Amino acid sequence: MAGNTLELKRISASSSPPAGIREAPVVCKLIDTSTCIGCKACEVACQEWNDLPPETTVQVGTYQTLPSMTPHFWNLIKFNEYESGTGLHWLMRKDQCMHCADPGCLEACPAPGAIVQYNNGIVDFQQEYCIGCGYCISGCPFDIPKFNATTKKVYKCTLCSDRVSVGLEPACIKACPTSCLQFGSKEQMLQIANKRVTQLKASGFTEAAVYDPPGVGGTGVVTVLALGNHLEAYGLPDNPSIPWAVTLWKYPLKWIGNLAILGGIIGTFAHYVRFGPKEVKGETAAGQGGR
Amino acid sequence: MGESRVLPDGSILRYNFVERMIHWVAGASYVYLLLTGLALWTPWLYWLAVMLGGGGVSRTLHPWVGLLFMAAVLRMYQLWGKEMRITDVDREWNKALRHYTRNEDQNLPPVERFNAGQKYLFWLMYWGGVVLTITGVVMWIPEYIPWSLRFLLHLSVLLHAIAALLTIGGFIIHVYMGTAVVRGGFRSVIRGEVSQGWAKMHHRLWLARITGNGPTKR
Repeated sequence: MAGNTLELKRISASSSPPAGIREAPVVCKLIDTSTCIGCKACEVACQEWNDLPPETTVQVGTYQTLPSMTPHFWNLIKFNEYESGTGLHWLMRKDQCMHCADPGCLEACPAPGAIVQYNNGIVDFQQEYCIGCGYCISGCPFDIPKFNATTKKVYKCTLCSDRVSVGLEPACIKACPTSCLQFGSKEQMLQIANKRVTQLKASGFTEAAVYDPPGVGGTGVVTVLALGNHLEAYGLPDNPSIPWAVTLWKYPLKWIGNLAILGGIIGTFAHYVRFGPKEVKGETAAGQGGR
Repeated sequence: MGESRVLPDGSILRYNFVERMIHWVAGASYVYLLLTGLALWTPWLYWLAVMLGGGGVSRTLHPWVGLLFMAAVLRMYQLWGKEMRITDVDREWNKALRHYTRNEDQNLPPVERFNAGQKYLFWLMYWGGVVLTITGVVMWIPEYIPWSLRFLLHLSVLLHAIAALLTIGGFIIHVYMGTAVVRGGFRSVIRGEVSQGWAKMHHRLWLARITGNGPTKR
C-alpha cells in the first residue's frame, strides 16, 4: 500500500535494518465502546474505501454481521449480551487489527518485506511479498490475519495507511456518527480515553478502563471499556503478548540451531581431515570398494 | 526385508532395487524440504526459496513433498523396521563407538546388516518424520485451526523447528558418512552391490548369515 521506504520502522524477515529515517508521530485510533451505537457504518466504510467485495452475512444469534473477520472483511463489530451483578449489558466493540507496537505477525513472518511497520506505528501487510505461509496467524495474539485461499495471501486492516499517508483519517473514523471513533496521535487519544474513563467512573462504571495492553508494547488502537474488569465479555484477551512458542523459536532456538548446523558441517570436515575415510584393505578406490 | 544375497560374480547385493529407489525418494524429498525449510528459517537463506521458484512456490510444494517424504519413510519402516531394532550387539558396538569414529574398526564387535549408528539415524528420521508431518499438517492449514485451539498451532511451529533441526543433525552425519568416510557405502545405495571385503569389514555378522558360514571370529 502507500508508504515510503524512508518511513519503515520494522520490516519482516530482513537481514538488513529498515531504512526509516523520517520522524512521524505515532498515530492511534480510539474506540469508545460506551458511546458506540452499533450502527456498523464503520464496517460499510471499511468495505467501501478498500473496495472489498461484499460478504454474505451470517446469522450468529446477535446483531453481529459475521462470526469473525474474513480476508475481505477487516472491521467487525462484536456484539455480546452480558449479564453481571449490575444487570444486563449490551456490549458492542469494533474489532480490527490492533496495530501492536511489538507486532507478533511481523515477528513470525519469514517472507522478507511481507509485513512492515511504519514510523507512525501502522502495521501493514505487503501482499506483493506475502507467500501465504500463515506464520503471522500463529504470531498474532488477537486472531486478526485472515488467509484468502484463492489468492494465497493474508489480509487485515491497514489502518487506512493510504489515507493516513496523505493526511486523512481512516475511513471508519470518517463514517462514525457518534464520534465514538476518533483518530490522532497516541498521546491525544490516550488523553481523551482517560478523560472518558473518569466520566464513566463518575457515572457508576467504577471498573471502566482503557485497553492498551503493555504485553505487545501498547497498541495503535486503544479501547475504552465501561466494564474494564470483564475483558472476556468484549472478546478481548486478558494480557496479550506474542506467543511464547514463537518467541522461543525466533530467538534462542534459531541461534542454537544455526550454531549447531554450522558446528555439524565444520565438525564433519575436521573429522575427515583428522581421520579420513574407512577403506577396505586391499581394495582401491577404483575397485569394488570405491565410491 | 531386504533380499541380501551373494551375486554370481562374488560381490554381495546389499540393497535391492526397491530399497535403493525408496532411499532416493526419501533423500531427494528431504533435500527439497531442507532447502525450502531453511529458506523460511532465516532471512539469510531466503535466496534458496528464490532459486527454487519463489517463496510462494516453496510454500505450496513444501507440504506436498513432506507427505511424499513421510510415505517413503513409512515404506522404509516396512522394509527395514525389524532389522533396525536395537539389540545387545548394538549396545556393545555403541560402547566401542570411540573406535569407530577413529577408524579403528578392527576393535569393533561384528555387527549385522546395520550398525547402531545407522539404526539410530533410521529411528531419528522415522520419529522426526512423524513429528514433522503431524505439526506440518497443522501449519499447512492455520486458518482452519479454531482460535480456542491456537496452542496447537503455537506448539506445532516450535516442534516443527526442533524436529527439523534434529533431523538436519542426522542428515549431515549421514551424508558425510555415506559419501566421504565409508568408501563403498555410496555405491551400495546406488548400484546395490558391495564387495565381500567390504561386508566383512563393516557388517561381519550379516556376511556370515547370507553366505551361510557361522559367525566368523577375527
